[in-house]
Amino acid sequence: MTESIAGLEHQFETLEQQHEAGWLGMWAFLATEIMFFGGMFTGYVIYRWAYFGAFAAGSKDLEIWAGTLNTLVLICSSFTMVLAVHAAETGERRGQIGFLLATMFLGTVFLGVKGYEWTTLFRDHHVPGIGFHFSGPYQNTAQIFFSFYFALTGMHALHMVVGVGLLTFLLVKAWRAEFTPAHHAAVDIIGLYWHFVDIVWIFLFPLLYLVDRHR
Amino acid sequence: MSMVQTAPSYLEDGHGLASWLLTRDHKRIALLYLVSIIGFFFLGAIFAGLIRVNLLSPQGDLVRPQTYNTFFTMHGLIMIFFFLIPSIPAVLGNFVLPLMIGARDLAFPKINLLSWYIFIVGGLFTISAGLFGGVDTGWTFYTPFSSIYSNSNVVLTVIGIFIVGFSSILTGLNFIITTHTMRASGMTWFRLPLFIWALYATSLIMVLGTPVLATTLVLVALERVFHLGIFDPSRGGDPIYFQHLFWFYSHPAVYIMILPSLGVMSETITCFARRRIFGYNAIAFSSLGIAVIGFLVWGHHMFVSGQSVYVGMMFSLLSFLVAIPSAIKVFNWMATLYGGTIAFDTPMLYSLGFIGLFTVGGLTGLYLAAMGVDIHVHDTYFVVAHFHYIMVGGAVMGFMAGLHYWWPKITGRLYPEVWGRLAAIITFLGFNLTFFPQFILGYLGMPRRYHMYPPEFQALNVLSSAGASILGIGYLLPVIYLLWSLRRGQVAGPNPWRATGLEWQTPSPPPTANFEAPPVVREEPYSYPTWEAQID
Repeated sequence: MTESIAGLEHQFETLEQQHEAGWLGMWAFLATEIMFFGGMFTGYVIYRWAYFGAFAAGSKDLEIWAGTLNTLVLICSSFTMVLAVHAAETGERRGQIGFLLATMFLGTVFLGVKGYEWTTLFRDHHVPGIGFHFSGPYQNTAQIFFSFYFALTGMHALHMVVGVGLLTFLLVKAWRAEFTPAHHAAVDIIGLYWHFVDIVWIFLFPLLYLVDRHR
Repeated sequence: MSMVQTAPSYLEDGHGLASWLLTRDHKRIALLYLVSIIGFFFLGAIFAGLIRVNLLSPQGDLVRPQTYNTFFTMHGLIMIFFFLIPSIPAVLGNFVLPLMIGARDLAFPKINLLSWYIFIVGGLFTISAGLFGGVDTGWTFYTPFSSIYSNSNVVLTVIGIFIVGFSSILTGLNFIITTHTMRASGMTWFRLPLFIWALYATSLIMVLGTPVLATTLVLVALERVFHLGIFDPSRGGDPIYFQHLFWFYSHPAVYIMILPSLGVMSETITCFARRRIFGYNAIAFSSLGIAVIGFLVWGHHMFVSGQSVYVGMMFSLLSFLVAIPSAIKVFNWMATLYGGTIAFDTPMLYSLGFIGLFTVGGLTGLYLAAMGVDIHVHDTYFVVAHFHYIMVGGAVMGFMAGLHYWWPKITGRLYPEVWGRLAAIITFLGFNLTFFPQFILGYLGMPRRYHMYPPEFQALNVLSSAGASILGIGYLLPVIYLLWSLRRGQVAGPNPWRATGLEWQTPSPPPTANFEAPPVVREEPYSYPTWEAQID
């Protein structure tokens, strides 16, 4: 009887079918995410082209060490996520818990550094709005740079928060030893999401911090 | 205990309110959607009625100009985002997609229910924006009017539309994954009913287009609240960036509305002509073709926006290309009808009406795709008439055809056929009387979105308003006789139309699990008797 298979939802015939649906579902969801960020990336590139000087000045105003540190932190978190998936495949409960905690820790460090950067920008009146101030010739167009900076990093940070939430969900399941070599699709699928959020940052970092910094 | 124990139908499986509001059954969720979108439809129709009453006289006697602005905005927003986009996919698609491919349910039943709740929450936001002063930007939210100058409830409305977009994304995602992973044994891709191909193409647009609308709306709301300057020319921003982002979604959204109707046609025309479909592959791929080309034509909304004339020429050419897959469908349906044994049942009347109106709407679309002509008729009633021929004459007629066709499957009862045919004919006549005069008005130069007009346009406007009242009767009649048929209608049996397709091989209404045993598919779809066999 199919009903006796643990973890099989009623609409599926087999666990393989269920895993395939979940896996494909996450890929399709990530396609929607690419389109979501894509609209803002396009706008950023167009305005960067139109107001090169202002955007270069805005870029130089960001803390390069914070961006670099965060890039390293996120790459490491992707590595620990892969190790967590591996531990799920082999069914090692302690490995799962350890690597999930490490990934969550790195994600939280990222958010902390990002929060520090935002506070600095707030202190310097670089948050768009009525109080915005940018010395030099670029008062208006630098505000467009910082608008995109906050919209893009804000949306990215929101995805990180959701990611840490999903990892917490995985951690509870790992704690209860629910992942077996045959049944651990959730770790795979959420891992995919985590890597995607990392990749978004891999594109954001050079676009926001690095372009034209060498001058 | 009897040996043959039939499972209760999905309608009998639980009766309380919770059994509906917490259901994960795609058939019940389809009914939740049906009831809600019909509510939104009549709300949107009330605004349409008020617009038509106001336009009875040249000076626009009913309401003040500002109120008129909120009326056409609410009409557009409600009809597009809360009726047309979810209409066929979320109601008929939700109900029959798993049945048609031989699955027990969609791949993600909880997400399916979640999409309905998201839909309702988005609807409440938008309606509350309407109640607290309304919104006057038109459904297009053009900047910088929406981001700086409008004094109406833009942010609340934008939040509502942003939210409802996610219900559309989740439905599309569910359909794509279900079609990939849940097909019954023997149900190959080229044995799928063409309705499924149409829903698949629609879902691709929902999944890839809607997130861009979300981006756009987030930016409009941020711009309005924090004065970012992204769309504000006085601070270096560019309003055209908004228009590109907006139409990148909102043009493909037109195909979200019409593609499912095109899919319904392939089902009803084969069934009521008793004919195997002509050109299965061509129709299947034309759906995908429309979805793909539909993403490349958005600039034809912006011929007068100041975009480069060379860009305009590319968009014009690409827009003409969309006519090819659309024409492929119409010609293939004609070829299917040719020599068929045509029965003029209600779904077929709506379908034949659809073909005519869709053709008129599509051909006038070519006028608008030509840059020179577009400059003459841009933002006139010619455009209004064109897209109503596609969306009301096309999408709504297709929805009515599908609703009548699958009504016996959904409820287990037949609707009264005479009343059905009468409503179909009234709708067709009322529709043409409402919208055909608008082509002439637009060509003569009457602009859209104005609450008054020069006196020489009055005769045609009165004709249009009179048509709208007939159209209104055409829409009210089905509500009455369909509700009547729930209790009094003749019991339908599993397959009242003697149609092919897996959905007709299970009882009406189907049991919660859809099929008593997993079905196996052994033949192509639309295996109606051949022409030769019918002559013998």
